[in-house]
Amino acid sequence: MTAAAPIRAKRVLPGFTLSLGTTLLYLTVVILIPVLALVLKGADIGPQRFWAIVTSARALAAFQVTLTAALIATLFNALYGLLMAWVLVRYEFPGRRLLDALMDIPFALPTAVAGLSLTALFSANGWFGQFLAPLGLAPVYTIWGVAIAMAFTSVPFVVRTVQPVLEDLDPAYEQAARTLGASDWAIFRRVVFPQILPAFLAGVTISFARSLGEFGAIVFIAGNLPFKTEIASLLAFIRLEEYDYQGAAAIALVLLMFAVVLLVISNRLQAWAARYRGQA
Amino acid sequence: MSIAHHKESRLVPRLLIGLAVALTLLMVVAPLAFIFWSAFSRGWNVYVSNILHPVTLHAIWLTTLVALIVVPLNVAFGVAAAWAVARFKFPGRGLVLTAIEIPFSVSPIIAGICYLLLYGRQGLLGPWLMEHEMQVLFALPGIVLVTMFVTSPFVAREVLPLMQAQGSEQEQAAVTLGANGWQIFRRVTLPNIRWALLYGAVLCTARAVGEFGGVSVVSGNIRGQTNTLPLHVELLFNDLNAVGAFAAASTLTVIALVALVVKSVLESRRHQA
Repeated sequence: MTAAAPIRAKRVLPGFTLSLGTTLLYLTVVILIPVLALVLKGADIGPQRFWAIVTSARALAAFQVTLTAALIATLFNALYGLLMAWVLVRYEFPGRRLLDALMDIPFALPTAVAGLSLTALFSANGWFGQFLAPLGLAPVYTIWGVAIAMAFTSVPFVVRTVQPVLEDLDPAYEQAARTLGASDWAIFRRVVFPQILPAFLAGVTISFARSLGEFGAIVFIAGNLPFKTEIASLLAFIRLEEYDYQGAAAIALVLLMFAVVLLVISNRLQAWAARYRGQA
Repeated sequence: MSIAHHKESRLVPRLLIGLAVALTLLMVVAPLAFIFWSAFSRGWNVYVSNILHPVTLHAIWLTTLVALIVVPLNVAFGVAAAWAVARFKFPGRGLVLTAIEIPFSVSPIIAGICYLLLYGRQGLLGPWLMEHEMQVLFALPGIVLVTMFVTSPFVAREVLPLMQAQGSEQEQAAVTLGANGWQIFRRVTLPNIRWALLYGAVLCTARAVGEFGGVSVVSGNIRGQTNTLPLHVELLFNDLNAVGAFAAASTLTVIALVALVVKSVLESRRHQA
């Protein structure tokens, strides 16, 4: 019986061939063939050479800088995002809607613009830099600068995945906990947090993936010193400019694999979160 | 006991709201305000002459042109993909869904490298293109294609869940009343999805205008020719012309802010609908 339904639907509504054809044509030309070109180029390199490229000292340093900075940025955004989601959903105060709208700015602002502004803000005569410099803190051209740029561009992800789940929570559980004498903190830790955990982890994963892939904002603030602040995608870009296509393809493939793995993880987490919401 | 609890429950929200506002001022508002503050730091006249510089004007025009090509194509793709996936079941449907989402998680710079390896001189199609004297890279087609890659999920991602949630009863009813495909789409589907479609188009426009990483790989940064506005910002920054860079950046920021305002208006419309 279940198999009969789709066939009937296929007959009832027109446009199957046209819409699927358009979709497949677009996906093939714009996404699949270019990605295939990268994979084929990578396969061309051969395993030994591939391994030599991605484990060269400079490439390893670039991966390490990228991962470390992305971890710092994601840790910050996990806490900041959770705080923002909580404050925006649970409290009523003047300016709440504006604060909510501001959360979309890092998403809408071109990354090059964000990078330019952050660099100038944190440089010695910028708004932040003038206070940080006397303390001996100069994040521009350090890994902290890379982390700041990543943190800015991935601000919305945790907020926007946790927010709808928090809005949908059934208040009955919290009320029950309160009547049983639980403190606010105990209620958050034992009742609220377990319910938003899948969405929170999904948001954190997306935020981490976005940080790994960020480029525009970072090239401004990082100073791009090999072994110190050079991120992996920039190294791939530099290899291209040196006409070292194999080097570029190998590094890009590693980044592509990271991205695909993180996409699969975040999709699983979001499916888990959706099940959780369905039960509640 | 109950008084102490009451005090705590008033103090904690205030602290949390204060912390949230303070962090947002530092993290989001300051970078935004600093753009305009820097762009206007030498006064209005310098700002205007920076914007009206021929190279900047060309960059603005090129970015507009790219958006004008990419956004309509993306809208057509988004609607087609949503129609195919939401209205029909077919083998490989899950794969199509994943393929649509790929550009969202792949770094734009990787997209640029993919295109270079496909259309570049040593790329798969490179020799054939050379033979036929067609220029894709370091020219408008390359910039458009990479921007299409980067923005492809934006419309589909908004329209698809809405069409899935709405179901196809209305369209099936239209079929039984004798409507043809185009009539169904224009009279039944489109009115139902118009806000989501517009919302996706706005997000797509903002993203297309601001694209940097992918475009910087395939454009070749030829001043006054293949320099889009975000690339021009970097160029001015590297020229140590900070005020000029911020002036160019301010135009992009205005576009982003307009997109956000339109987005929030559309969102409230959608909730009313």
